[in-house]
Amino acid sequence: MANVDYIEMKLPAKSDYVSVARLTTSGIANRMGFDYEAIEDLKVAISEASTNVVNHAYDENEKGEIILGFSIYDDRLEVMVSDRGESFDLNEVKNNLGPIDHVKKTDDLREGGFGLFLINALMDKVEVNNNYGVIVHMIKYLNGVEVTNSDKAKTK
Amino acid sequence: MNLTIDIEEKVSQVIMTLAGEIDIYTAPKLKDKLNELVSSKNADVIVDLQGVSYMDSTGLGTFVSGLKHAEDSESKLKLIGANERLLRLFQVTGLDDVIDVSSAEEGDLNG
Repeated sequence: MANVDYIEMKLPAKSDYVSVARLTTSGIANRMGFDYEAIEDLKVAISEASTNVVNHAYDENEKGEIILGFSIYDDRLEVMVSDRGESFDLNEVKNNLGPIDHVKKTDDLREGGFGLFLINALMDKVEVNNNYGVIVHMIKYLNGVEVTNSDKAKTK
Repeated sequence: MNLTIDIEEKVSQVIMTLAGEIDIYTAPKLKDKLNELVSSKNADVIVDLQGVSYMDSTGLGTFVSGLKHAEDSESKLKLIGANERLLRLFQVTGLDDVIDVSSAEEGDLNG
């Protein structure tokens, strides 16, 4: 188990490069032997985390970075997505998470806030550290040690 | 990676056919086009997602925005041809309760 490969990548924090994060994720996950569904889950989760960096971390004219770290273990992939921007109000973000709650009026629907919720639903373990900038740390196991995603989503 | 947007105006319907990926990079263009279409009074807009290979929460937000604009203009917005992955995103977030979205199988325009 001591055998860990680590891949790090820095991308400009621009919407143009989120697809590059996605393609890299897909390549690594495919190399590790994840199945199609799991690879698609990983692509969405890493894209969501990268999208958050682009949307929240930097001011319009500031040149920021998305930093991605992939730790490849025998049984799992751990991905860290971080920025060096301002911390956002994590509690506020958490309060806005979750599936919509049978809203009656379309006006009440949110257009955003699904990102972190989807990360939670699609990955096996998620931690968000908000001390210096934001670091999203995600784990996906190779052999479905976890409950299935649909089961997990229901119990949330 | 990009998104192509094809718009076909019929007598009483507008069909928007999408192909490619919907993410933070491609969504702004889609949002503009979609909101423009559903904002004409009593429009009937169908979005065909069959060619969409990837979508994330940015896409969900775009369609929520479209739905809001549609209701403001008493227009109809319907999504068809979603693959399993796309459907799952709508289901996990509960958005399938408020947005009319159907799968590739049930999304036959003539049906």
